[in-house]
Amino acid sequence: MKDYNKLIFELSKPGRKAYSLPALDVEEKALNSLIPAEFLTDKGLNFPEVSEVDVIRHYTNLSNKNYGLDKGFYPLGSCTMKYNPKINEDVARYDGFANLHPLQAEACIQGSLQVMYELEKSLCEIAGMDRFTLHPAAGAHGEITGIMLIKAYHDKKGDFKRNKIIVPDSAHGTNPATAAMAGYSIVEIKSTENGLVDLEALREAAGEDTAGLMLTNPNTLGLYDRGVKEIAKIVHDAGGLLYYDGANMNAVMGHARPGDMGFDTVHYNLHKTFSTPHGGGGPGSGPVGCKDILAEFLPVPLVEKREDGTYFLDYDVPNSIGKVKDFYGHFGVFLKAYTYILMMGNDGLKKASEMAVLNTNYIKEKLKDYYHLPIDTLVKHEVVFGGLKDKSGGVTTLDIAKRLLDYGYHPPTVYFPLIIEQALMIEPTETESKETIDGFIDAMIAIAEEASSNPEMLKTAPHNTLVRRPDETKAARNPVVKYEG
Amino acid sequence: MYPYIPNTPQDEQEMLQAIGLDSIEQLFEDISEQVHLTKPLNIPASKSELEVSRYLKSLADKNCSVSQLTCFLGAGAYDHYIPSVIDAIIQRSEFYTSYTPYQPEISQGTLQYIFEYQTLISNLTGMDLANASLYDGGTAITEAALMACAYSRKGEIIVSTGVNPEARQILKTYAHAQNLKVIEVETKDGVTDAAMLKELINDETAAVIVQNPNFFGLLEDLKGLGEIAHKGKKVSMIASVEPISLALLKKPGELDVDIVVGEGQPLGIPLQFGGPYLGFMAVKKDYMRKLPGRIVGETTDLDGKRAYVLTLSAREQHIRREKATSNICSNQGLNALAATVYMVTMGKEGLKEVANQCVQKAHYAFNELTQSGKYKPLFDKPFFMEFALTSDVSVDKINKALLEEKIIGGYDLGKDYPQYKNAALYAVTEKRTKEDINKLRRVLEGVK
Repeated sequence: MKDYNKLIFELSKPGRKAYSLPALDVEEKALNSLIPAEFLTDKGLNFPEVSEVDVIRHYTNLSNKNYGLDKGFYPLGSCTMKYNPKINEDVARYDGFANLHPLQAEACIQGSLQVMYELEKSLCEIAGMDRFTLHPAAGAHGEITGIMLIKAYHDKKGDFKRNKIIVPDSAHGTNPATAAMAGYSIVEIKSTENGLVDLEALREAAGEDTAGLMLTNPNTLGLYDRGVKEIAKIVHDAGGLLYYDGANMNAVMGHARPGDMGFDTVHYNLHKTFSTPHGGGGPGSGPVGCKDILAEFLPVPLVEKREDGTYFLDYDVPNSIGKVKDFYGHFGVFLKAYTYILMMGNDGLKKASEMAVLNTNYIKEKLKDYYHLPIDTLVKHEVVFGGLKDKSGGVTTLDIAKRLLDYGYHPPTVYFPLIIEQALMIEPTETESKETIDGFIDAMIAIAEEASSNPEMLKTAPHNTLVRRPDETKAARNPVVKYEG
Repeated sequence: MYPYIPNTPQDEQEMLQAIGLDSIEQLFEDISEQVHLTKPLNIPASKSELEVSRYLKSLADKNCSVSQLTCFLGAGAYDHYIPSVIDAIIQRSEFYTSYTPYQPEISQGTLQYIFEYQTLISNLTGMDLANASLYDGGTAITEAALMACAYSRKGEIIVSTGVNPEARQILKTYAHAQNLKVIEVETKDGVTDAAMLKELINDETAAVIVQNPNFFGLLEDLKGLGEIAHKGKKVSMIASVEPISLALLKKPGELDVDIVVGEGQPLGIPLQFGGPYLGFMAVKKDYMRKLPGRIVGETTDLDGKRAYVLTLSAREQHIRREKATSNICSNQGLNALAATVYMVTMGKEGLKEVANQCVQKAHYAFNELTQSGKYKPLFDKPFFMEFALTSDVSVDKINKALLEEKIIGGYDLGKDYPQYKNAALYAVTEKRTKEDINKLRRVLEGVK
């Protein structure tokens, strides 16, 4: 079925159906006697008519056009594409969890509240924070929640002149977008030649108008910033607070904690660090932790435990920023993350970070003779190359990425971080074996050699995929965003 | 050894050697002593799959799910029937273990189902186009409001108190951070007060937000309210809608609504204690380049084959950084797939049948429950599948009595609307049987 190229709408045939429902068991009345005609549509529903077999075959065929972690190596930098354990999926489908209404009586939801309570405690310990809210739906949502905590902190002190957030130029794109969405203007500071925060530039930027700093450590170059305590001091001395973008937490679990580095608030991506699936782009989950000084501002409700051992949802948080999410967050994702934490334990989480870092440094060492390594130093969970070492053939990072598809690998993140030209950002994670990593290294070396011997082949890659370099310019110029028949 | 960490001690040694290091500790030498953790994290040690699943099953069993009870609770999350095909598809690891489709050559599966999803949502709402999804219905309302503010370059948002109270709280949280003003227009007899809305519209109004069916289950006059909204300059009419109702009700696209959002949970997504759900958003063409989140477009590849790609990304944070239309990055990909499979499985006729069964059963329940006069309708207006009843007994007391008979009672409206003390909001989906409803009536009649 390699050539399967149908849309579900193109399978439709009048009279087919894929559903079955029980017959209506109450007396049926004319619809317009129940709902006045003015509210009812006379237009039909433009949905396909297909059989259940059509549905299953169609989406199974579509799934075959996808590459997932279960098929192979997925070294997408910054995304922590680690294996998604299957027990996670089972747990999320236990009847007591999957079929629980969020507004049921407290006595009916004790098990779920206990999961949330225990997960919060674990996340606090791993990050060195005092409290967590589990509400945010994803990393970017966590970021804005954290920034709103910082804003609430300054507002409560009556300190309204702080209207700037400092962001290094190596930051994830969500950081400046988040700060802007929270009403702040952005001060971008350049990195040093070594890819770290320029302390002088930071000292210059930090002042009375600084609300806070957003930072990842290790940063997007995979570099751990040793100066982090000094960074924290500069920002704190200026009266600002520090936000930790936890996208890169997989590098340091059990070795270092943002709370000990001096950060005041942090978000995790449960879909990165804690093995919950990325689902083709969600749902994720981005819990936000904070130190005690910010806890009074956390979104409502919080989960608390009474002395008698029962759990409850606490809405009585007078200085809370309010609500940021319907109900209590992505509970189904919490279950998967908590399952993972229980499976791995403190020993396993630490080991995970160690192997993630070992795999990365091994790749760095093996590829640095072939790919340009702008900063050759110990890295953490990811390494960023600046394209080929020998660029004389005119082969770009995009060509390399496309050629990797022919070799059966998901390419690394490309052209990010922005401060490295032709960036190729590789994050192997701990769930890959030496054999897998060696296979990838061999492919990368073979591609580097092809770039000299046969650059044309790379520029026209990929050659073995179902489609080849779909035209993105055409898609944007004349957008076709739905099927019109 | 750990099941998800394949390197053996021998692999470790070989790799360390290749790097030129002697120990794993050296990999963490860049962490200064001040910060470096010296003791283990205070969480339990690793466990086996059997131990972990046994423990978590014991916690799941502490809950009482809607499959053990009979659910008449809605208020934003609904106990609908979910066809088996959905889980069969979303459990395919090619879908759930993939990332955002940045590499279109190996992501055509994800890209195509998002394209199908956008088409289905556009058709369902009658709008020009839809995005690839947002976090949930509540945050989708906020994203819509922020888009309307960006579109009009104005900062006042008028929201009906008939909109889900949680969604209004989220809106207020975000509006506060951005110095936007949120003004509430009250309801009269349960529906948005048109006269009051008329008075509130002014030169600063960016958006009017209404929910349909509203939080009380009642049908709003979207067209009439929209006409009032559109008297203001560049005012966006935003409707938060329930997707199953759109199989029968006039589509927002027929009613000149500008931005349509909603909670997609009824479309085949389990209740799972409140999330993850699915926010959907569809708009008129004028708003295309202001839409938050991902959009998939059709194009052709080098060989002229039909193909799909993420498009219009000049709106997004990874390109525009602080000038992006939203900071959103992840969406609800897998839940959008669940909704897609639900919509095509129910299809042209099935969704109408589900909607009709909800309406018929809800109205049957309404008539049964109000017959004796002990429970009175809170409002006298057309409703879809949720309705509010009031009585002399507190909702808390009623719901305790119902729970003893294994029934989950209605939502206590007094929690959010102090004026509606002793009023409960009942939801009746196609899953409820005549017998369920009759039992509800019997128990309710017996409450003292």
